[in-house]
Amino acid sequence: MTLPLLTILGVIPLVGALVLLALPKGNARLIKQVALAFSIAALVFTVFMGLQFDADSTAAFQFVESYPWIPAFGISYSLGVDGIGLVLVALATTLVPVTILAGWNDVEDGRSVKGYFALILVLETLMIGVFSATDVFLFYVLFEVMLIPIYFLIGRYGGPNRAYAAVKFLIYSLVGGLIMLAALIGLYIVSVDQLGQGTFDFASLVGLDIDPTTQKILFLGFFIAFAIKAPLWPFHTWLPDAAKEATPATSVLLIGVLDKVGTFGMIRYLLPIFPTASEFYAPVIIAMAVIGIIYGALVAFGQTDMKRLFAYSSMSHFGFIALGIFVFTSWGATGSVVYMLAHGLSTAAIFLTAGFLMQRAGGLGAIAAYGGVNKVAPVLAGFLLFATMSSLALPGLASFVGEFLVLLGTFSRYVVVGVIASIGIVLTAVYALRYYQKVATGPPSPHVEGIPDLRGREITALVPIVLLTIVLGVYPAPVFDVVNPAVERTLEVVGVTDPVPTIGVLGGEQ
Amino acid sequence: MIGTGAARMAGEVTDVAPVIQPLAEATGVFSFLWVLIALPLAGAAILLLGGRRTNRWGPYLGVFTVTAAAVYAVVLLIGLMGRSPDDRSVGQTLFEWVFVGGFTAPVAFQLDQLSMVFVLLITIVGALIHIYSLGYMEHDPDRRKFFGFLNLFIASMLLLVLADNYLLLYVGWEGVGLASYLLIGFWQWKPSAAAAAKKAFVMNRIGDVGLSLAIMLIFVTFGTVVFDEVFAVAGEASESTLTWIGLLLLLAAAGKSAQFPLQAWLLDAMEGPTPVSALIHAATMVTAGVYLIVRSNAIYDATVFALTVVLVIGVITMFLGAIIASAKDDIKKSLAGSTMSQIGYMVLAAGLGPVGYVFAIFHLLTHGVFKANLFLGAGSVIHAMNNQQDMRRYGALRAAMMITFLSFAAATLAIMGIPPFSGFWSKDDIIHAAFEVSIVAGIAGMLAAGITGFYMTRMFTMTFLGKARWEDDQHPHESKPVMTIPLIILGIGSVFTGMALLFWGDIVGWLVPVTGLKQTPLPLPTIVYEVITLVLVLAGAAIAYVKYRKDVAVEAPQDVNFLTRAARNSMYDDAINNVLVVQPTYSVTRALVGVDNRGIDGIVNGIAAFVAGSGNRLRRWQTGFARSYALAMVGGAVLVLVVLAVVRLP
Repeated sequence: MTLPLLTILGVIPLVGALVLLALPKGNARLIKQVALAFSIAALVFTVFMGLQFDADSTAAFQFVESYPWIPAFGISYSLGVDGIGLVLVALATTLVPVTILAGWNDVEDGRSVKGYFALILVLETLMIGVFSATDVFLFYVLFEVMLIPIYFLIGRYGGPNRAYAAVKFLIYSLVGGLIMLAALIGLYIVSVDQLGQGTFDFASLVGLDIDPTTQKILFLGFFIAFAIKAPLWPFHTWLPDAAKEATPATSVLLIGVLDKVGTFGMIRYLLPIFPTASEFYAPVIIAMAVIGIIYGALVAFGQTDMKRLFAYSSMSHFGFIALGIFVFTSWGATGSVVYMLAHGLSTAAIFLTAGFLMQRAGGLGAIAAYGGVNKVAPVLAGFLLFATMSSLALPGLASFVGEFLVLLGTFSRYVVVGVIASIGIVLTAVYALRYYQKVATGPPSPHVEGIPDLRGREITALVPIVLLTIVLGVYPAPVFDVVNPAVERTLEVVGVTDPVPTIGVLGGEQ
Repeated sequence: MIGTGAARMAGEVTDVAPVIQPLAEATGVFSFLWVLIALPLAGAAILLLGGRRTNRWGPYLGVFTVTAAAVYAVVLLIGLMGRSPDDRSVGQTLFEWVFVGGFTAPVAFQLDQLSMVFVLLITIVGALIHIYSLGYMEHDPDRRKFFGFLNLFIASMLLLVLADNYLLLYVGWEGVGLASYLLIGFWQWKPSAAAAAKKAFVMNRIGDVGLSLAIMLIFVTFGTVVFDEVFAVAGEASESTLTWIGLLLLLAAAGKSAQFPLQAWLLDAMEGPTPVSALIHAATMVTAGVYLIVRSNAIYDATVFALTVVLVIGVITMFLGAIIASAKDDIKKSLAGSTMSQIGYMVLAAGLGPVGYVFAIFHLLTHGVFKANLFLGAGSVIHAMNNQQDMRRYGALRAAMMITFLSFAAATLAIMGIPPFSGFWSKDDIIHAAFEVSIVAGIAGMLAAGITGFYMTRMFTMTFLGKARWEDDQHPHESKPVMTIPLIILGIGSVFTGMALLFWGDIVGWLVPVTGLKQTPLPLPTIVYEVITLVLVLAGAAIAYVKYRKDVAVEAPQDVNFLTRAARNSMYDDAINNVLVVQPTYSVTRALVGVDNRGIDGIVNGIAAFVAGSGNRLRRWQTGFARSYALAMVGGAVLVLVVLAVVRLP
C-alpha cells in the first residue's frame, strides 16, 4: 500500500492548528513561529510530492486514495490530483507561509493571535482538500466549510466595516452553495438512474450520458456557485467589500487561492460532466467573461480606494481565466491554469505591498492619501512597481504567459472576441500605472513622509513571490509538463479539438 | 559617382529576392550569442538588486558590460563576414519557452545581417552613451539605478533584435518599453516626469495590442511564430490575411516608433535625462518599429495595401515631426520632433517594399549615430547652461564650448543631408527609391529635407551663433572629457558613417540577402534629384539663418500664424487624444462606477433587504400550531416530488 500523501499533506497544517491551540496564549511570538513552521513543512512536503508526480503518466489522477464514507449514498473520501489540481495545491501551500510571514503583525491588540493563525492553517487544509477531492460530495462539503474560516478571518480581524463585508460574503456564497447542492442531488439522481446505484465519484459521473435538457439545468446550479466564487461579472459585488475589509493576508488567500476554486470547478467539473451544456452556455459565459474584463478594468480605473481597485482588477483578470476555459482550446485552457497561478502570485504581490504601505500610514486605504513613496522608501516602491508590472502582465512574467495563451485560444476560435478582450491589455496598463504613479511618484505626501522602508521579514515574504513570478514567466516548462496532459484529457472528454492553422503544419507536429 | 545609384544610373534593373533558409547552428565564435544579452542583463540585476554597496563601482560595471558586449559584437561581425553572403543566418536555441498544443515559442536567437547591424548600433552607441553618462549623471544620487536601467534597456533591445520568433521579440519589445518607462520617469519626484512615463507606456501598449493580435493571426494562419518558418510560407496566405497582419504590425511599429497617430508620447518623453533621450528615444528603441517592418518583409511583400499604408504613415509623420521641430523652442523637444520626422523617412522607405527596405535600415544606422550625437551635444549644452533647455536663452555658445560646437555642427550637416556627411547618402537613397515607386512620395521626401534644413539651422543658429541671451548667472563652459570624448567619436561618426557603410561596408550588398532589393532606372539622372534636394535644403537653411542669426526674442512672440501656433502645441496631439479617447474613457468609467455601486450592488442589497423584510412578515406564520406545520410539510414534500419527477424525465 502506498502512503496517502495527499491526506498527510492536508493533515500537516491541521495538526499545526491544533498545536497552536495548545500553546500558551501569552507567547504570540512562539505561536507565529509554530504556525510558520507548519506551513513551511506543508510547502516542503508539496515540493516532495511535485517531484514524485509523473508527468507522463496516463492515469487521470495521481496520489489516489479512496475510503468509503457514506456508502449508502455512494459517498467516499477520495483524493487525487491531476496536473491542474497539483499546481493549485502548490499555489495554496506556497502562499500560506508567505501570508503568515507577511501578516506577522496583522492582529490588533485585544484579538486572538492564536485564532488568526489557526484559522489560516485550517483554511490551508481545506484548500488542499478542495483541489484534490475526486468525490464531488466531498468537494462540495469542503467548498462550503471553507467559508467558515474565511468568514471569521474577515469578520473578526478585518477593518471597521468588517461585519457587513463578512456577512455579505457569507450569504452570497451560501446562496451559491445551496443552488449547487440542489444540482448535486440532481446529479446523484441521474447516476442512480443510469448506474442503478448512486455515486458521487468523479470518474463515474464523467462517464454518465446525461440528456441535454437535464445537463442544462444541472450545469446552471454548479455554474452559479462557481461564478459567485470566482467571481464573474455580475456576481462580483461581494468582492470589493470583502477585499477592502479583510487583512491583506486574508485577501491574498481569499482572492489569490479561494477564488480559484470557482474557475477550477469550471474546468474540473463543468466541462467533463456537462459537455453538451458547456458548449450550449459557452456564448453566454464568454460574453460575461469579456464584459468582466473590460468592465472590471474600467471600474478599477475609477476607484479611489486601493484595495477596491485590486478587487475590480482581479475581477477583470477572472474574466480572462473564465474566457480561456470556455473557448475550448488547449491554449485557452492551459492559459487559464497558468493565469490562475500567475494571478495568485500577483495578488500576493499587490496586496502585500499595499498592506505594508498602509500599515505604515495608519491604515489609510485612499489612493489620494499617498504619493512619493519612491523617494522615502525605495525598496517598498520597487516591490510596488514589480507588483504593478506583474498585474499588467509584462512579458517575461508569469501573467503574460497566461494572458497571451488565453487570448490566443480565444482569437483562434472567435476572432472578434479575441480582439475585444485584447483591449484589456491597454486598460490594465492604464489603471495599474495610475496606481503606481499616484502612490509612488511625485513629492511625498504628508502620510508618507518619514515612513520606514521594508524590513527583513517583509522582504523575505515578498522575495519568493517575485522569484516565482519571474521563473514561471521565463521557464514555465514544469507547469506545462503537468498541466498540458490534464487539459488534453479534459478537452477530449468535451470532444473538441484545436482549430487548425490555415497554412502549414503546427510547430509541434513537424 | 554619388550614392548607390550605380546600377540605376547604368540603366540596369535589379531584382534580388531575399534568401530564406533554416538557420545555421551557432558554433565557434557564435556559441556565446546568449552572452551578448546576458552581460547587460547581469549588469542590470547586480546594480538594481545590489543596493547601496554597489554605489561606488556600479556605474563602471554598467559601462563595462555594454563595452564588453560591443567588443563581442565586433567579433561576431568578423565571424559573419567570414561566411558566404547566403549563409549568414546563425541560430541558437536555449530552451523551449511556451509549448501548448502545437504552439511553440522557444527562447532562441537569430543572428543575421539585419540583427548584426542593430547589435552593433545598440552596443557601440550604447557604450558611448554609457560613458557619457558617467559625466552627465555624476552628481545624481540615484546614478547606480540609472546605469541599472540603462543596462536593462540594452539587454531588452538586444533581445528584441536577436529573437528568432515573434513571441520572444515581444518580450524584448515590452522590455524596452519598461526601461523607457523607468528612464523617462527617472526623476519621478517631478510629477511631469511620472506623467510622461505613464503616457509613453500606455500609448505603447496600444501598439502592443497590434503586435499581440498580429502574433495570434500569424500563428492561426501559419501554425508557427518562428521567423524563418513563417517567411518560408508567407506568400501562400491569402492577401487579406497578410494585409491584416501587416496593418497590425504597423500599429505596433507606430506605437514604438512614435508614428502617427501614436506619436504624442515622444515629445513628453524628453522629461527623461538627456542620455536616455539620445539612446532610447533617438538612436535605438524608437527605431524598433522600422526593424519590425523590415524583419517582416516577407509578409509586406505580398500585400500592396499594407505597404501603401506604411508609406502614407511615414510621409505624414515625416512632415508632422518636421513642422513640430521647426516651432519648438525647447532644444530637446525640437530634436524629438526631428526624430519623429527622420523615423518617418525610414517608415516611408520601408513602405516602398523591396525598393526601400535596405535604405530604411541604412538611414536608421546613420541616424542612430548623428541623432545620438545631436542629443548628447544638446545634453552638453544643457549641462553648461544649468539645465536651461530654452534655445531662446542660448546663443553664441560656439566660443564657450568649441568641441560641442564642432561635433554638433558635424551632426547638423549630417542630418541636413549635406554631402559628404553621413545623412546625405542615406537620405538621398530614400528619395531616389521613393521616386521609383511614387512621384508624390519622392517630392514629399524632398520637401521634408528642405524643412530639415530649416529646423536644424534654426536650432544650430539659436544655440551656437548670434548673440548671447543667457540668464544673468550663467557661465557656460565646455564639458569634461568623459562627455566630450564620446561627442568627438560620434562627431567623426556623423561625418564618415554614411561613406564607410556604403563604400567600405557595402551595406546594400550586406543587407540584400535579408531584405531583397528591387531597383529600376529613374527617368532623370540621379544627380538631378540630388541637386534639387540640396537646393531645397540650402534654401531652408538660408531662411533659418537669416531669421535667427540676430534678433531672437527671449520670450516667444505670440503674434504668429496658425501653423506655428499649432506646431508649438505639437499639432494639438494631446487635445485631439483628449477629445477622442481620454475624456470618453473617463465618462464611461464614471458611469460604470455608478452602475456598479447603485445598479448591480443596489440590486444585491435590495434583495437582501427584501429577504429581511419578508422574514419579518413570515415570522407571523410561525404560529405554533402543529396542523399548519403539517400542511407546510406536505406542501414541501410535494414540491420535492415534482422536482424529482422533472429531473428524471428526459
